[in-house]
Amino acid sequence: MRGPAVIEELPREQRSLPILSTVSPRRSLPTPEGSEGIKHPSAQPVYVPMPTLERPHGAEILEWMNVLTETSFLELASRANALRLEKHPDNIVSYIVDRNINYTNLCITDCKFCAFYRRPKDDEAYTLSYEEIGHKIDQAKAVGGVQILMQGGHNPYLPLDWYLGLLRYIKEHHPIHVHGFSASEIETIVKVSKLPLDEVLRQLKEAGLDSIPGAGAEILVDGVRDFIAPKKIDSNRWIEVHEAAHAAGLHTTVTMMYGVGETWEDRLEHMLKVRESQARSLARGKGHYTAFILWSFQPTHTEMEGWDIQLGTGMDYLRGTALARLVIDNIDSVQVSYVTQGPKMAQLALTCGANDFGSLMLEENVVSAAGIDFIMPEAEIRRLIEDAGFIPRRRYQDYTLAQPTDEGCPCCAWRLAPAGT
Amino acid sequence: MATVVQEELRVRPSDPRLFRVADNVLAGERLTFEDGVALFDSNDILGIGALADFVNRRKNGDRVFFSANQHLNPTNVCILRKTCVFCSFAKTPKEDGAYTMELEEAFHEASMARDTPVREFHIVGGLHPKLKVSYYEDLIRGLKERHPGVEIKALTAVEIAHLARVEKTTVDDVLIRLKDAGLDTMPGGGAEVFSTAVRATIAERKLGAAEWIDVHRRAHALDIRTNCTMLYGHVETSADRIEHLTMLRDLQDETGGFLTYIPLAYHPDNNELGETLGRVGTATTGFDDLKNLAIGRLFLDNFDHIKTHWIMNTAKVSQIALHFGVDDLEGTVARERIYHEAGAHTPEGMRFHEIIHLIKDAGKRPVERNAHYDEVRVW
Repeated sequence: MRGPAVIEELPREQRSLPILSTVSPRRSLPTPEGSEGIKHPSAQPVYVPMPTLERPHGAEILEWMNVLTETSFLELASRANALRLEKHPDNIVSYIVDRNINYTNLCITDCKFCAFYRRPKDDEAYTLSYEEIGHKIDQAKAVGGVQILMQGGHNPYLPLDWYLGLLRYIKEHHPIHVHGFSASEIETIVKVSKLPLDEVLRQLKEAGLDSIPGAGAEILVDGVRDFIAPKKIDSNRWIEVHEAAHAAGLHTTVTMMYGVGETWEDRLEHMLKVRESQARSLARGKGHYTAFILWSFQPTHTEMEGWDIQLGTGMDYLRGTALARLVIDNIDSVQVSYVTQGPKMAQLALTCGANDFGSLMLEENVVSAAGIDFIMPEAEIRRLIEDAGFIPRRRYQDYTLAQPTDEGCPCCAWRLAPAGT
Repeated sequence: MATVVQEELRVRPSDPRLFRVADNVLAGERLTFEDGVALFDSNDILGIGALADFVNRRKNGDRVFFSANQHLNPTNVCILRKTCVFCSFAKTPKEDGAYTMELEEAFHEASMARDTPVREFHIVGGLHPKLKVSYYEDLIRGLKERHPGVEIKALTAVEIAHLARVEKTTVDDVLIRLKDAGLDTMPGGGAEVFSTAVRATIAERKLGAAEWIDVHRRAHALDIRTNCTMLYGHVETSADRIEHLTMLRDLQDETGGFLTYIPLAYHPDNNELGETLGRVGTATTGFDDLKNLAIGRLFLDNFDHIKTHWIMNTAKVSQIALHFGVDDLEGTVARERIYHEAGAHTPEGMRFHEIIHLIKDAGKRPVERNAHYDEVRVW
């Protein structure tokens, strides 16, 4: 396999390649009668946050709440920036060239914040074939993609063998790093296969899974999950799946989706649970969380459109990023989310504790299903990073920086077939 | 009136090139040309923000002003259509999409305000070859009749000078007639960047820098307060920016007639300049937006107010800007047209309660203002 193309060697039209294509059916744009979300609203339940001291990490949440109320925005950002510079003193902001492949949108979990899923009988429900997925991988590799982010709905019609077959097919015919199957998808596979979690993870890894994305964490507070996604796995199980993956030797990331009606106490509980989980995984010495990613809820087209909740503001994003950097001090990287925040806010997050620009995302379907679309060409990402005074560098999923001489992704090179196949 | 509040610098600059600037700011000394260029050339955005925030809190405490306003663009027909290459709004008279509102249309559009009574109309448009001063007099009188108590901020220096040419009269005469009709204040558009070289590149035939300044000087002499702007993010250099700010600062020293300074972000979509520069789809960066606001606050030491135009900078960046020296969040801005033609992705208006939430969420105190920055309501 050829190593990833270095940016300077790419022809100009590839350096500014826009999104390749979007395959998932999109809901129609909002009309004067309202968008899909407004036409199918869900009743807003009542959410009563738990008293701070009754929560896990209650005392520490209180301490951080004090920091939050006593510290001016600039001081908080500056503290986070200092920690970020200490952890990453090389003045580099990294990003990965990858493609999201949403293998299915069929889902039985009915999360109220999601605009992407379709129920089983919906005529817009789809599952991609191995060949379609392989074709998308080839497209991504042709423009320097070093990873696919493979995620989809919780599709009970796909048995474990479908996933194992897919991974083997990819590794044999379209070898690339597979960052795939978030915790709630793995839980679906566990339920359908009736095998233990550890066994499912072992088989997925053996078949070709390289790492696991941190999606589905939302807010790791069950009261909030009941409010927005009552059928999704609870916070303990989410953490359990990730720690089992770590124990199986897989690295994972972790996300947080804010602006769904949660409080700052909820956000802090989430961050402290993640830090605690990371401490256990680091002690275990196998896999761990490589990055924390914060993004905001987008209500358009979802059942929550029109709910009386406070959506995330610019301050929420930057203070959240800074606080995450400071609280979760045992995870190396903090990513920006330009897809939900736009290029301006994403760039500003680089001074509030974030050190990674996330992924170039040659294709993105989930956030764009909710009506916003900040997908940018690579040249634009590099311009933003340089304008902020940093050096942009391509990286791999394990955060090693791409070198011109690389023969593919080093973290999964051990399983790549010999040259010529 | 203001009690001297001892404010502290919340973050010290980390860029050594800014240490001297910081000393000057803390000592209350006027920034030099070199200081200004050093600020623009630094990436220490938190340090720059902290200096601007220090100055702003000393002047305005934690107050953030906004207005219940509505934009009204009576025409997009403009004789500079072919020469102001940064503009996506202007049309030639015969071009598709060209419009000129009949007075009744303008009154109808003005009545579309939603949440709350509009207290200010912001009226700007193209340099129409035929519209006379009387059109604008009738427009202003009609709006004041239909919306009692409303204030009118209308016509940039460029439009005023154009009207004087159309009517073959003086700038003073135009200003006096409009003031008699009810004009309260003037917007600050059309300044672009004062540098001759930049103007030759982006707005060859537009009113020159000296004339722009002169219209504002005359307005101030007639007791018409005005705003001022700078359109940044195209071909200008840091030195051009500081030269521009210096001219504004000098006139303010002379007249004291400027109310607020508004840096305007250049939007590269749907205009000739954006295509020539290969910049289509790339707006100014968040860093540059915050730098322009913060450095405006620091360099223009004789201005009370610095405004972020959220239509351009986005509501999110504008909220952050409240910690970077900004004390004015523009307003509700119903139905913005000019920047949306140039690719702005922001909504065309913001609801009253959204603005109040944004300000409070930033830890500041919302103050609804009138045209002269008197407090109308405080939350």
